[in-house]
Amino acid sequence: MSELALTLARFTFLGLLWLFVVFALLALRKDLRGESASGTEVAATPARSQRGRKSGRTSRRSKVKGTRLVVTEGPLTGTEIPLEGAQITLGRAPDSTIVIDDDYASSRHARIYESEGAWVAEDLGSTNGTWIDRTRLTTPTVLPVGAPLRVGRTTLVIQK
Amino acid sequence: MSLQGTIEAPVRKKPTRRWVELLLLVMAWGIGLLGTMQIGWVSGEGMTPRLWITAGVVGGLALAMHITIRIVAKYADPIMLPVATLLTMLGLLMIYRIDVASARRATLSDSPMPTPDVYSQLTWFSVATILFIAVLVLLQDHRRLARYTYTLGLAGLVLLVLPLVPGIGTTVNGATLWIRVGDLSFQPAEAAKILLTIFFAGYLVAKRDSLAVVRTKFIGIELPRLKDLGPLVIAWLVSLAVLVFERDLGTSLLFFGLFVAMLYIATQRRSWIILGGLLFMVGAVLAYYNFAHVRSRVTVWLDPWAYADTGGYQIVQSIFGLANGGVLGAGLGQGFPNLVPFAKTDFIVAALGEEIGVTGLFALVLLYAILIERGLRTAVAARDSFGQLLAAGLSIVLAIQVFVIIGGVTGLIPLTGLTTPFLSYGGSSLVANWVIVAILLRISDRARRPAPVAPSPDDAMTQVVRAV
Repeated sequence: MSELALTLARFTFLGLLWLFVVFALLALRKDLRGESASGTEVAATPARSQRGRKSGRTSRRSKVKGTRLVVTEGPLTGTEIPLEGAQITLGRAPDSTIVIDDDYASSRHARIYESEGAWVAEDLGSTNGTWIDRTRLTTPTVLPVGAPLRVGRTTLVIQK
Repeated sequence: MSLQGTIEAPVRKKPTRRWVELLLLVMAWGIGLLGTMQIGWVSGEGMTPRLWITAGVVGGLALAMHITIRIVAKYADPIMLPVATLLTMLGLLMIYRIDVASARRATLSDSPMPTPDVYSQLTWFSVATILFIAVLVLLQDHRRLARYTYTLGLAGLVLLVLPLVPGIGTTVNGATLWIRVGDLSFQPAEAAKILLTIFFAGYLVAKRDSLAVVRTKFIGIELPRLKDLGPLVIAWLVSLAVLVFERDLGTSLLFFGLFVAMLYIATQRRSWIILGGLLFMVGAVLAYYNFAHVRSRVTVWLDPWAYADTGGYQIVQSIFGLANGGVLGAGLGQGFPNLVPFAKTDFIVAALGEEIGVTGLFALVLLYAILIERGLRTAVAARDSFGQLLAAGLSIVLAIQVFVIIGGVTGLIPLTGLTTPFLSYGGSSLVANWVIVAILLRISDRARRPAPVAPSPDDAMTQVVRAV
């Protein structure tokens, strides 16, 4: 093998190694960009208008209305839980997101989850019911920002 | 991070990005093939049929893993598999390279031809592939591992001390790390690192609230309760015991670092880092004054040139090699990597660095960085606390190994014997690291899989999600 061919092969090898690194970085850049977008720009615009534009490419979660769940009444008053991604379960069961230690709450009382860019509250067959304002939930219902959700003696509100 | 699919699922299917993975895999294979050809040319043998078969087998194994992911974990991260494959290939390449060098030296000195190691490493890669596939197929939900927290933890501890059992433990080069059953030798610490990471993750998910919240004041510093400190102290004692009885600095460092990092991630309390650092310093000072092998590592690290013919020989040879490589490297097959003792195992990075130069080494370190970043990203994206901690812990295991060994070989920190993940010659380590990748891919698949739009209440019973 001639010296030239070896030198060529040597640089090609290094070049390809770096090309691989660059490709891998490009592939993961989508993730990074999506991540920062959901933190800053997207938060400013409502999720629904985002849906059309945000193609499947940018696969990170976009912000939906409301960013935290605040307990306004009951023993846990003042507790805040950031609303991000995962669903929130309410009840007396120790593995609930918000453990409500209350005789009027069931062990798996209700849950709040994200759907179609809104937060939805669902009663999980509790004894005393889950209420949005004065309406008892019968089906999963969108929980608007600021509306009081009552579980036992606890009231929770979604705040921006 | 979990609802990425919820919003888009009705509109379009979430991309699995498997084609990106395949493209990167093909690239990785091409790089491996080019390197093999280069070494073949330089050695004068050319591309022998045996090399083509080897290249084909490696490609086939990688493809088998890719297809498995397509079937059982199709939303998994697309970058981890190609990166780990490329690293494994670079390792095989370098082991082959050193085989060629040893064979040539044997011919020149008329000594018996050494058996090439690359084929046994290839066999281990096949074993790794089988285990990789088995983990992905059998472990459909990583949360099942949490059920066996204590069993796995105990198994991990047993494995860790197994080399000390007379009869099966073997001492090689001063470290009692191996167990030997028949002809097979095996480093149980490699399996233990996975089992103990699972244990730490499960334990910390169960105990993190008390670890984070309950504090007592002690001379003005907020400290966790003594009761909660227990596990940290036990981890510290066990890693010290490994250091004392098995004389293995690297493994001891790995376990302690892993546990402190996981405590910090679980509780988000900086005091754990401070406490861990203090314990580390106490341990380091104690070890320095009490154990000759630790002391010699440190003195060699401080001035390898003073011991160039004795304890510092390896480091000095490694530095010579890296210097010979320079910026662009001597070229594959054109350096003298076999001059460093243990070039296939501990010093493979030095051997590689000589032939691909600092340019190549940077790419190598970046590959590790990408792999670890993907692991940590998986931890961030995971929907359950156990998955988060497990993914973070496994990534940290990789990160500590890379830091400790590359730092040691280049003289940044005292040299400790840890294997370079995926690169080093050695079956236990290769298999263990591939199992780590498989678990990470499983967690990442579950994290990126689109969530059902309205999960049934039954689902809610099992999906216990805590506030993050």
